[in-house]
Amino acid sequence: MLSQLRPAIVMIVLFTALTGLAYPLAITGVAQFVMPTQANGNIIERDGAVVGSTLIGQNFATDRYFHGRPSATTGPDPADPSKTTDAPYNASNSMGSNLGPTSKKLVDRVNAAIEAEFAAGRIDVVAADAVTTSASGLDPHISPQFALAQAPAVAKARSLSEAQVRALVEANAEGRVLGVIGEPRVNVLLLNMALDRLN
Amino acid sequence: MTSIGLAQIAIVLIAVVVAAIPLGGYIARVLAGERTLLSPALSPVERAFYRLAGVDPAREQSWLSYTMAMLAFSVVGFASLYALQRLQAYLPLNPQGFGGVPADLAFNTSMSFVTNTNWQNYSGESTMSHLTQMLGLTVHNFVSAATGLAMAFALVRGLSRAESPTIGNFWVDLTRSTLYVLLPISIVVALALVALGVPQTLQASIDATTLEGAKQTIAIGPMASQEAIKELGTNGGGFFNANSSHPFESPNALSNMLEIWALLVIPFATAFAFGRAVLDFRQGRAIAITMMIVLVAGVLVAYWAEAGGNALLTAIGVDPSPGNMEGKEVRFGPAMSALFAAATTGTSCGAVNAMHDSFMPLGGLVPLFNMLMGSIAPGGVGAGLYGFLVLAIIAVFVAGLMVGRTPEYLGKKIEAREMKLAMLAVLIYPLSVLGFTAVSVMLETGLASLNNAGPHGLSEILYAFASATDNNGSAFAGLTGNTLWYNTTLGAAMLLGRFAFVIPVLAIAGSFAAKKKVAASVGTFPTHGPLFIGLLIGVIVILYLLQYFPAIALGPIVEHFALLAGKTF
Repeated sequence: MLSQLRPAIVMIVLFTALTGLAYPLAITGVAQFVMPTQANGNIIERDGAVVGSTLIGQNFATDRYFHGRPSATTGPDPADPSKTTDAPYNASNSMGSNLGPTSKKLVDRVNAAIEAEFAAGRIDVVAADAVTTSASGLDPHISPQFALAQAPAVAKARSLSEAQVRALVEANAEGRVLGVIGEPRVNVLLLNMALDRLN
Repeated sequence: MTSIGLAQIAIVLIAVVVAAIPLGGYIARVLAGERTLLSPALSPVERAFYRLAGVDPAREQSWLSYTMAMLAFSVVGFASLYALQRLQAYLPLNPQGFGGVPADLAFNTSMSFVTNTNWQNYSGESTMSHLTQMLGLTVHNFVSAATGLAMAFALVRGLSRAESPTIGNFWVDLTRSTLYVLLPISIVVALALVALGVPQTLQASIDATTLEGAKQTIAIGPMASQEAIKELGTNGGGFFNANSSHPFESPNALSNMLEIWALLVIPFATAFAFGRAVLDFRQGRAIAITMMIVLVAGVLVAYWAEAGGNALLTAIGVDPSPGNMEGKEVRFGPAMSALFAAATTGTSCGAVNAMHDSFMPLGGLVPLFNMLMGSIAPGGVGAGLYGFLVLAIIAVFVAGLMVGRTPEYLGKKIEAREMKLAMLAVLIYPLSVLGFTAVSVMLETGLASLNNAGPHGLSEILYAFASATDNNGSAFAGLTGNTLWYNTTLGAAMLLGRFAFVIPVLAIAGSFAAKKKVAASVGTFPTHGPLFIGLLIGVIVILYLLQYFPAIALGPIVEHFALLAGKTF
């Protein structure tokens, strides 16, 4: 085994240089040069300020905006940094709820969310994505069904006609590539930016 | 289940097979030391590697020195990765200023990456510096996969050669696998992923002000390059905690399909490469078909389970038609989440695009059982093939017992020594999985990590040790793995699952290589037709169902019936 030590050490060093440095740096160079928008995270700006990434969901709390899905991400508790607290759409700590299908916590949480939706008078049939957390906690999309269900509330908050808002949802809905690949969805951030342009 | 969902699954699997057949021929040429299309560009690099390392590429090794070389490489890799994590605070390319990684976590992570497991007890975006991600994790994504491919071909040489004292040269296999196979495909896939929206930058994070005026810090980094080899090398260690469900790691349906394709293509190609190496395409095809049958069966069960939605939530008013969406992304939906789950555990990849912990009981059983079978459909890079060949040897032995004839595989007589070694390899898995699980459920410290109660809690622990032993790396991620107990025991399980399995395999390789080849006769059991495929599936099902049925009955199966009865925990 000792006689194998020299090749082992040299090989680790060489592969580190090749696959650990040269490979990622070369890809970075090419990507930054040829596809800078994608390589830098599809950042979206408004009036010169960065408002986010089209790929990363963000938290919407007011009635003036369409809401994304519930998010299970957490962040450090400002009162006690050794603990964590709920921080929806924390884009530096992606995570899902990891609650199992028979979890009482899950059923209670979904139940509370459903009651809140009914209380807000927004929804008659509850879309699955409206009350479940995504895998990353950063899902940028919602289903068209969930978006349309929110239209009346958003229209009211913005004093727009419901038809106007519904049309905006339809215009922002994305379908399947070639009718097969992907799922029907609406990008919440882009929809809300379109909404702001409407007023 | 919808026809669109089934069509999505079919598209990916067909694309895998179409690419795997020619790629298999290429891999066989690379590992036979032949010239290839890329030789003009790569052979100077290759020769420089041998010269600097003091390796004579023409000198082959016995199975024992091959094993020693592999172990030496793994030990040095482990030590350097451990040191890198502990010292990252003092090293460059640490834009977020992370401190050194604690000892037990660094041990677990080093073991995890050296064994091709990529179990992650850390959250990438808040623990590892860019330097650690690149120099440590990306490097091992390459070399641990190349090591797997090397060992598979050592066994293939054992089967294809006659009366040979050697089974190849580990350093040559390692170098050629990386340079000619993994690196070129990774470059293409990495650039395709960037085009589809996966970031590749040395920046650490982006500060945004959301539409509602809140601050959002978006973690980012050189992830397309890592993403490509993460799938191609069936490693699975994500740049981020949420792995391929994170919209940066997989922004859309196309990137998702490309990633599933990438994690399946080399394992399937390896089966075809085996056929070419033993000069009988049908032998490789039989293995590939068996792998595909086991894989597709799992995909269909998982898709069926996930597409139906959660009855407990349907009962309180949730629309069941989009399926069980807890822990899934809208852009993927249940079909692509089910395919990803079965593919990532059918290989030893372990990347996830949905949270397996939140799958339905029978949906989650599929990835769990895939791993309990040792991730053999189609298996990790290299690991899948040698795992499968061990099962083929057992299947041939069973057939031999039935007709009362000395079993042979590819002209090699299977005798007591090979059978003992094969059984030794196969028995390591239940010993590690069930042993560690049993101890963990009896300890306070083992149970304190649970995120879910009831039978799902047992599933979380069983899944963890199945994943570690199998060198998979996916998780029922609710379990808090970053504790002294789990860091240590999961690390030990990875060690056993990789090395205690592969040393007997290499011994079998040496033993076969030394044997004469017997000519096939009318009494020889053919190992390329439907009868063999059926027998192989039978052996797999019986072997693993017998070993694990009591454990899975107490976990996912009890949970399934509890859910039907409307019970929560």
